[in-house]
Amino acid sequence: MIRVHELVKTYGEFRAVDNISFTVPPGEIFAFLGPNGAGKTTTIKMLTTLLKPTSGSLTLDGLSPATHQTEVRKRFGIVFQDPSLDGDLTAYENMDIHGVLYAVPARLRAERIESLLKLFELWDRRDGFVKTFSGGMKRRLEIARGFLHTPKILFLDEPTLGLDPQSRNQLWGHVKNLNEAEKTTVFLTTHYMDEAERVAHRIAIIDHGKIVAQGTPDELKAQTKTDSLEAAFLSLTGNSIRDESANAGADNLRQFTQMWRR
Amino acid sequence: MHAIHAMWLREVKRYLRSRVQIIASLAQPMMYLLILGFGLSPVFQQAGQGNYIQFVAPGVVGMSVLFSSVLSGVGLLFDRQFGFLKETLVAPVPRAFIMIGRTLGSATNAVLQGTLVLTVCIIAGFRPASLAQLPLAFGFMILIAIVFAALGTAMGSVLKDMQGFQIIMNFIVMPIFFLSGALFPLTNLPPVLQILTSIDPLSYGIDGLRTELINSSHFGASLDFTVLVIAAVAFISLGSYLFSKIEI
Repeated sequence: MIRVHELVKTYGEFRAVDNISFTVPPGEIFAFLGPNGAGKTTTIKMLTTLLKPTSGSLTLDGLSPATHQTEVRKRFGIVFQDPSLDGDLTAYENMDIHGVLYAVPARLRAERIESLLKLFELWDRRDGFVKTFSGGMKRRLEIARGFLHTPKILFLDEPTLGLDPQSRNQLWGHVKNLNEAEKTTVFLTTHYMDEAERVAHRIAIIDHGKIVAQGTPDELKAQTKTDSLEAAFLSLTGNSIRDESANAGADNLRQFTQMWRR
Repeated sequence: MHAIHAMWLREVKRYLRSRVQIIASLAQPMMYLLILGFGLSPVFQQAGQGNYIQFVAPGVVGMSVLFSSVLSGVGLLFDRQFGFLKETLVAPVPRAFIMIGRTLGSATNAVLQGTLVLTVCIIAGFRPASLAQLPLAFGFMILIAIVFAALGTAMGSVLKDMQGFQIIMNFIVMPIFFLSGALFPLTNLPPVLQILTSIDPLSYGIDGLRTELINSSHFGASLDFTVLVIAAVAFISLGSYLFSKIEI
């Protein structure tokens, strides 16, 4: 369903994503783990047509984002790492505009919005402006929105960031259900190893833009001779703390290069 | 088409919900109309040009349409900052549709703002020459709004953060306003100013408004119309192109 081959993204000298390859078969839940600034979000941005790769190839459902942008966009849904709601619209309006953009027919749209908002316990607040919502409520709304159209591939970029354990549990429950019922392929990133271990069929670990290991959670543990995914992760990526400088550097460089390109 | 409508509706909703902003943005045109208008009136009269309030009101209406359409178009920057832009960029809709929906929404808001300013002008003593020509004046308002909303969206697509906003206001929007003849007649200008005013698309918008509101024309309504339509097509094309190239 997702095929990535020798994918590279550079900002000037900085290699944010450095020659990675992996495949995610249909119906799999694939976790993409790595320390801060390892290149996870950059990879997701390339997969979701927001960034153009420097080199290498990628396809979603056999289609290349470079040549079939709109077709590719029809096939996936995404929950972004950072907010992407319109604070001046109500919860319902945010859901509704998403449904329209993804061409969900009006009646089905109304039904699904109601059931999803009820599911994520936002129905009572449907007419409240999103700017008045708490962080957790916004997060839940983003996730509910990601489920509104039923995509073939669902990207979840640190979806549980800032959620309480109840909502986290609920989210992964829904993800598993969706994956089993609709055979939706799921590509997720998270910093919570227990979550990855619980839901992911396969895991790739990325560090400094390179994939350092991939396999099932058990394979990764066996490979590193550790007894938890967290220990395996630390043994593969080291104990040093990454500041976000890699990320900030990438942003600066990106702005800089874009400035010169124009 | 649904996507264009949805984006249009979103812009209009946001505008209608920002009541404080609507009132606040009346302040600037009112200063031009009341202070500059009454202040320069005696000089204008003595120069044999007639009533300055009558002359400047169409310019003030054009100015408010210019400012609110550009601001609304550059609202793209807020969406970039607060994240909603991403949601529209990954949507399975050609980005040109998103851009056109946004632009038409911004233009609608600008026309609403312009109507409000025109109403206040009339309360302040401005008298349109003929009511029959009012619909044509609205036609020019709509064209001005589309031209500059598209320009705003185009500029918003290129800028990365709010800092660029000041640059746009000072180096693009203010010159467009001052060179448009909103405040002074375009006749008998020094050659450099004559050239600059005649390449400013807003000059044709203001001239169109003046033609329909006070029966005074510099370029002629058909030239005004033609230039504005060409500018609208050009800026919408440019804006769609730049918008489709946005990377985040």
